[in-house]
Amino acid sequence: MTIIAFLEAQDNKLKKTAFETLTAARGAGSEHKVIGVLLNGTPEQMQEAAEYGLTECVNVTHDILNIFSPAAVASALAQVAESENADLVLLAATIHGKEVGPRLAVRLQAGYIPDAVALAISGSDVSATHPVYAGKARVSLKIETAKKVVSLRPNVFTAKKVDAPASPVARSFAPSLGTGDAKAPVSSVSRNTGKLDVAEAEIIVSGGRGLKGPEHFYLVEELASTLGAAVGASRAVVDAGWRPHSEQVGQTGKTVSPNLYVACGISGAVQHLAGMSSSRYILAVNKDKDAPIFQTADYGLVGDVFEILPKLTKKISETVQH
Amino acid sequence: MNILVGISQVPDTATKIVISADGKSIDTKGVKFILNPYDEFAIEEGLRLREKHGGSVTVVSIGADTAKEILRTGLAMGADKAVLVKGDAVDSFIVADNLSAIAKDISADIVILGRQSIDFDSFQVAPMVAEILGWPSVTFVSSLNVDGSAISAERDIEGGKESVTTSLPCVLSAQKGLNDPRYPKLPDIMKAKSKPIEERASSSAAPRVSVQSMELPAAKGKGKIFGDSDQDIAEVVRLLREEAKVI
Repeated sequence: MTIIAFLEAQDNKLKKTAFETLTAARGAGSEHKVIGVLLNGTPEQMQEAAEYGLTECVNVTHDILNIFSPAAVASALAQVAESENADLVLLAATIHGKEVGPRLAVRLQAGYIPDAVALAISGSDVSATHPVYAGKARVSLKIETAKKVVSLRPNVFTAKKVDAPASPVARSFAPSLGTGDAKAPVSSVSRNTGKLDVAEAEIIVSGGRGLKGPEHFYLVEELASTLGAAVGASRAVVDAGWRPHSEQVGQTGKTVSPNLYVACGISGAVQHLAGMSSSRYILAVNKDKDAPIFQTADYGLVGDVFEILPKLTKKISETVQH
Repeated sequence: MNILVGISQVPDTATKIVISADGKSIDTKGVKFILNPYDEFAIEEGLRLREKHGGSVTVVSIGADTAKEILRTGLAMGADKAVLVKGDAVDSFIVADNLSAIAKDISADIVILGRQSIDFDSFQVAPMVAEILGWPSVTFVSSLNVDGSAISAERDIEGGKESVTTSLPCVLSAQKGLNDPRYPKLPDIMKAKSKPIEERASSSAAPRVSVQSMELPAAKGKGKIFGDSDQDIAEVVRLLREEAKVI
């Protein structure tokens, strides 16, 4: 089988999810051919991807692709997939990936599995597992079409470097794109500067109603800063106006799967668990030992967040430094 | 302006999920079904566009007869027409294929959906409809302005917001914060009960994915829960570093 791994970049740098996608594609086994696809890629990007096992690369070059438009990216990827006779396209289920993947599937008349947390490739069969019902169940889907597209949930497939990176064999591909293909292009982007976003962080420290007021969030921020983590929030405190919606984790906020999720003063309503239960490790700090969050947590500290958080921050700061 | 709003019926968020005997779906016995929460933002935005630009709002759902309940909610909120496509909504491509066909039939100028339905959480129907129709799409829309046929919208991305400009016809998916959905008034709820709901057969598209199995997530081993002493805190930090290796 020929597998295309779409390597998504942002501000000219490959995203971490690109390496995860590449690693997942290589994980299918050496009997499959893996081709990495870059959009207006640079030699630096190819070199970086080579460390994660990129050996063959198609660099899609077109001016229209300098500005993100889901329709143009889907069209370009579909053209590469057809020209390489690819059987499977893998991409990351980032915000952009979630819009490109379904479009690409329609173009290729391919079955599509979104936001996969496990991928199984056997001969020409592709199936993948995807969380449903707010993470309360998992469905395993099999693609029934000849062409296949799967998007992978960020931070679930661990990116692995290879021992001896090779110089990738690269070729350019000029897709046929007109201005009519750049439907709904992005006109401007504003980023929350200086702040790590919950959707991309490896560690998240979140605060909930147990903090009793926005003025106490510095306890969460200090722990986050010690851990190099992003700050998250529960719906209750976002609705109360203590924190911005961009920090909200849960069903009506962001779905995250960091390596470590620290829940401070969060009881763990099912809507919150929907957004963070696929985290690799969960530490809960809460005064109520019966709070549902302790059912999901790997580690727990039962007690007053106002007493525990400063001590925890201090202890971690001492430990990490040594 | 002809506005098409696709809505779906989903289990209430607080539902305890039990897998049915076939191992491929959930047991719906005793499950309370609701209008997908994101679809409320979609309906509200459709109604506001009609109030500003004229035209009509059609709500459509793909599902069994029970989905009439949410279509009546849409009518009670103020939609002009409701369509039930009788079929199974498990394969998102079939849902998208049906919505696209109806969009063509009613000469829709805009199709609005919720950003995801909270049952299968697939985030895929809006971009699929757009691709089938050859239209632009903007997903996760948190702010929208339609001026003539020009559209400017803001969408949430990782770590910020993106502004997007495009034009009608267009497909949008609604994010929380786009608007505050209205509550239907009692007389409108009563009136909606007797409004007609058009029924259609599902398109003949073949499913592109099949469900192999559905299961509950593997139960986590029992967590290591401590008190609040200095020793407890030190032990948790040690475990984070030596056992979990995450700090």
